[in-house]
Amino acid sequence: MSAEAWQITWFTVGVAALSTLAILPFGVALAWLLARRDWPGKSLVETFVALPLVIPPVATGLILLKLLGRRGPLGAWLESTFGWEIVFTWRGVVVATAVMSFPLLVRTARIAFEGVSPRLEHVARTLGAGPWRVFVTITLPLAARGLLAGAVLAFARALGEFGATIMVAGFIPGQTATLSLSIYHLVQLGRDAEAFSLLGVSVAIAFAAVWLSEWFLRRRPA
Amino acid sequence: MTLTLTQLRLPLGAFTLELDATLPGRVTAIFGASGAGKTSLLELIAGLRRPAAGAIRLADTTLTDVATFTFVRPEHRAIGYVPQEGALFPHLSVRQNLLYGFASARTRPADLTLAHVTAVLEIDPLLERATATLSGGEKQRVALGRALLAAPRLLLLDEPLAGLDAPLRARLLPYLARVRDEFVIPMLYVTHSPDEVMALCDDVLVLTAGRITARDRPAELFQPSPQPRYELRPPSV
Repeated sequence: MSAEAWQITWFTVGVAALSTLAILPFGVALAWLLARRDWPGKSLVETFVALPLVIPPVATGLILLKLLGRRGPLGAWLESTFGWEIVFTWRGVVVATAVMSFPLLVRTARIAFEGVSPRLEHVARTLGAGPWRVFVTITLPLAARGLLAGAVLAFARALGEFGATIMVAGFIPGQTATLSLSIYHLVQLGRDAEAFSLLGVSVAIAFAAVWLSEWFLRRRPA
Repeated sequence: MTLTLTQLRLPLGAFTLELDATLPGRVTAIFGASGAGKTSLLELIAGLRRPAAGAIRLADTTLTDVATFTFVRPEHRAIGYVPQEGALFPHLSVRQNLLYGFASARTRPADLTLAHVTAVLEIDPLLERATATLSGGEKQRVALGRALLAAPRLLLLDEPLAGLDAPLRARLLPYLARVRDEFVIPMLYVTHSPDEVMALCDDVLVLTAGRITARDRPAELFQPSPQPRYELRPPSV
């Protein structure tokens, strides 16, 4: 494999891992709120979070581009406050993949939390545990398998993200080129052999991610 | 330790739970058909539900009072709760289950130790087992031990023997009696079995569609007499 192919591979894995880690705390917290609490505006938030699943990824990318561009409301603020340029940088790739995988994480994590019997949480409360201790010692371990599945799904989605990424980050070799973007680009140029080697890498990463999570799940009986 | 329920109200679909009672007895049975509101009553006392109106007091502590916005959280009530089928934590060992509430219990009688509780309930051989490998009767004894070790001021038992066959129920009853005699903790015992009431309880409240329809000593309610004061037939809801 060429140095360029390695760079693309590590960049893609790094970006997918970073975006998964970034959405994990928010996704898990939101999933818990959706599974265990009733609050005003809940169904609105639910719908809003699911939107990236149903809107074409390119359209989501366009919304992000307008929001995060230098003259966009969020982009201008991020640049003046933190000096962060989002659009057409690696940060844009992270944002695009994070937004696209967030609904998958929230849905899976919500189902995981709903699978934990509230009766166990009730009993833990009567044994003197406050809400936080109940969450950490009962809810979280019992939902762990589902949460891990959600994280793997989000990671896989981030690995393969194309539409939103191309809108927000463009295809800049060495800066925003991910596996998916590069495969498309190489095929366009007629460099099929190189595209096939990246295809092999994609399959290998996906295989490793799924296999690792299966192994982890088997190790810990529910 | 007197438990006082003052004009307690909780709407429950088909009817409204409406209770006014003082429970001074050591072991009080809450007797009634399923759907009479027995479990909801326990949840109100444990603080797992809030009533629409009324107050709950244990000795001189106000646990819930809707009028004054008083509500003690369940983890600060020191009220033990053994739900149906025990609800053991499936990811923890028997020992971890038993000790879940032990360390955080604020005031603990000196004789309340893991060794004492496991001896009374005869569960010491099970300590390192996973909960999934326990039989129904073993699960119930562990659930009872777990509640006891949190040093409760009052113990709520929600049909602890339901779901077990008759011979097993008969074998477990003596354990409950031993707990009653070894650890002097007042209990509310929800059941629809007269046998259990006769074997364990000093006082019976009969709950029908959310209201107390009879209250007496077990012998008066359940033993044949020329004129039964309460007939054992399903209440009309």
